[in-house]
Amino acid sequence: MHSWISLLILLMVMPLVQAETDTEKGLAIITEADKRDLGWQDSTAEMLMTLRNRQGKESVREIRVKNFEIVGDGDKGLTVFDKPRDVKGTAFLTYSHSLVPDEQWIFLPALKRVKRISSNNKSGPFMGSEFAYEDISSFEVPKYSYLYVRDEALAGQNCFVLETRPLYKHSGYTKSYVWIDKLEYRIQKIDFYDRKDSLLKTQRLTDYKQYLGQYWRALTITMENKQNGKSTTLKWSNYQFKTGLTDKDFQKNDLKRQR
Amino acid sequence: MILNVKGRQGLLWCLAIMMSMAFNTSSYASEWSGFSAVEYRYFLHPSSNNSISQHNPSAVISPEFYHQWDEGDQSIIIAPFLRVDSEDSSRSHADLREAMWLIADDDWELRLGVGKVYWGVTESQHLVDVINQTDWIENPDNEEKLGQPMINLSLFEQWGTLDLFVLPYFRERNFPGQMGRLRSQLVVDTDNATYKSAKERQHIDLAIRWSHSTGDWDLGLSHFYGTNREPLFTPNQQFTVLNPYYDLMNQTGLEVQRTTGAWLWKLESIRRETSVDTFTAVTGGFEYTYYNIFESGLDVGLISEYLFDDRNNELITPFEDDVLVGTRITWNDEQSTELLIGVIQDVDSNDAAWSIEASRRIGNRWKLSVEGRLFKVDQINNVFYQIRNDDYLQAELARYF
Repeated sequence: MHSWISLLILLMVMPLVQAETDTEKGLAIITEADKRDLGWQDSTAEMLMTLRNRQGKESVREIRVKNFEIVGDGDKGLTVFDKPRDVKGTAFLTYSHSLVPDEQWIFLPALKRVKRISSNNKSGPFMGSEFAYEDISSFEVPKYSYLYVRDEALAGQNCFVLETRPLYKHSGYTKSYVWIDKLEYRIQKIDFYDRKDSLLKTQRLTDYKQYLGQYWRALTITMENKQNGKSTTLKWSNYQFKTGLTDKDFQKNDLKRQR
Repeated sequence: MILNVKGRQGLLWCLAIMMSMAFNTSSYASEWSGFSAVEYRYFLHPSSNNSISQHNPSAVISPEFYHQWDEGDQSIIIAPFLRVDSEDSSRSHADLREAMWLIADDDWELRLGVGKVYWGVTESQHLVDVINQTDWIENPDNEEKLGQPMINLSLFEQWGTLDLFVLPYFRERNFPGQMGRLRSQLVVDTDNATYKSAKERQHIDLAIRWSHSTGDWDLGLSHFYGTNREPLFTPNQQFTVLNPYYDLMNQTGLEVQRTTGAWLWKLESIRRETSVDTFTAVTGGFEYTYYNIFESGLDVGLISEYLFDDRNNELITPFEDDVLVGTRITWNDEQSTELLIGVIQDVDSNDAAWSIEASRRIGNRWKLSVEGRLFKVDQINNVFYQIRNDDYLQAELARYF
């Protein structure tokens, strides 16, 4: 009798234990990473973007960013340019979403014009850099499918390697490989594959710093284009969290006030 | 270099403001920015009486001082402007583009001073945009504006933004002088403007605008009561100059944009009542963009708009039954190279106006811009007939600081 019950229990439990497929494991890893970054509310930061061409010639952009966390949907973001000087004061406002198109406005300071723009441009370069618009947009779990591939050590850190495929429209990628460290669930490296399924770019995230005892941010992010030899480095500074920004600081009207 | 009296006074005024600001820049969150540029405009044909040069160099300086305090809830911006033109003393002109104090709270903003306000969504013309006077001698594209004194209260509500304007002083439109081109055969005598209102420039204009974004839609509805920014002209008795006449008007304006995927659908419409006439004008169309063509980074946008004015009088506006077709090409390269080409074609005749604008950054601080305007006008009753020989190409090299 006992053995019958044991067998029954075993039969019921076994599929649950065994069936953590690679898809489920992938999703579980990214969900854990996402969960660890919940609750930062709002943040402000400054970014220095350095573009480097094949000959090593550099040009820089200086950008200030404010973000507002929306739990259960994409975040809201306000981006203001300080350099190059001819685009100083140009500002973007984005309401990002997981799978429906983002809402996006640009402020053109010379005309004082606020213009609603299409958010279909995912794969195009951001300010002539090696970062595409989709690389710098708000990360949301439902944007991709996930597949756990393997464990691998990267620069002395044990990592999960996931294969992700974009589920949103107009992406320039077929897939990416993402290295996430097992200790803190931070993204360490991403390999992007183009529409022809060949390696296009490698992104490395370094100089991780923890804020408010919880939120990790990479202060140096480098994107290397494997096909044209160009690269772009982002240096983040002056990160601040829970600064008291509200939804009202992310309205169309606020674009005109940015400096 | 020729400066008329008005220009000289303006210049001194600008210098005085810049000097006083220079002593005040030590505190935190103050900054100077702006640009200076040299421009060379070349007219493709000799002027009708051959007396005006085809070569027209000029220089411009446009600094901006900004200071904020109270954690950004209060700020002041001062932006003088000066152009010096080698040929036309009227085009040498100074202006105070902005001198604005802003105080902001969560639910409202108050602006006090001189400023610039943009309303509208379309590309070919800006029917609804009525707060600022056009700086006509700066550029015939109607996009350069003179600073407008104003009190502007913005209220932010769930149902949208409400903007209230009190405009206590009127800026007259400027026009090319005797040695300028892009003008009517008779020069406009800007010193002898007449007004409908006995208060003339002191007439207090009022405006209100509701604007809102919801889903795919961006909407605006406005009403303006005050001095018409567009003058009517009557020749003087000797028939030697044109005198501008500024009527009063009531104008209701509607702006609609729907953004779906790569499509931008745009509509602007106004109904304007003056003591002379009442009319309706409409501009509507689309912009469709192919992004990142062949994964080259290139964006190619196609623009088309229909322009309508029920006065049906090309002596007042050439855009009474016209179609714009244009393309906007953005390279998205390191130098932010851009090109915008368009033609506004009259539906009922061969008359057309072409426009080309291109720009490219050089290094980190310089920018080269090229502009061309071509007018193909055969109908003598088209207001553009007067400038049919004034096709030009220009290059501008600007340094930003």
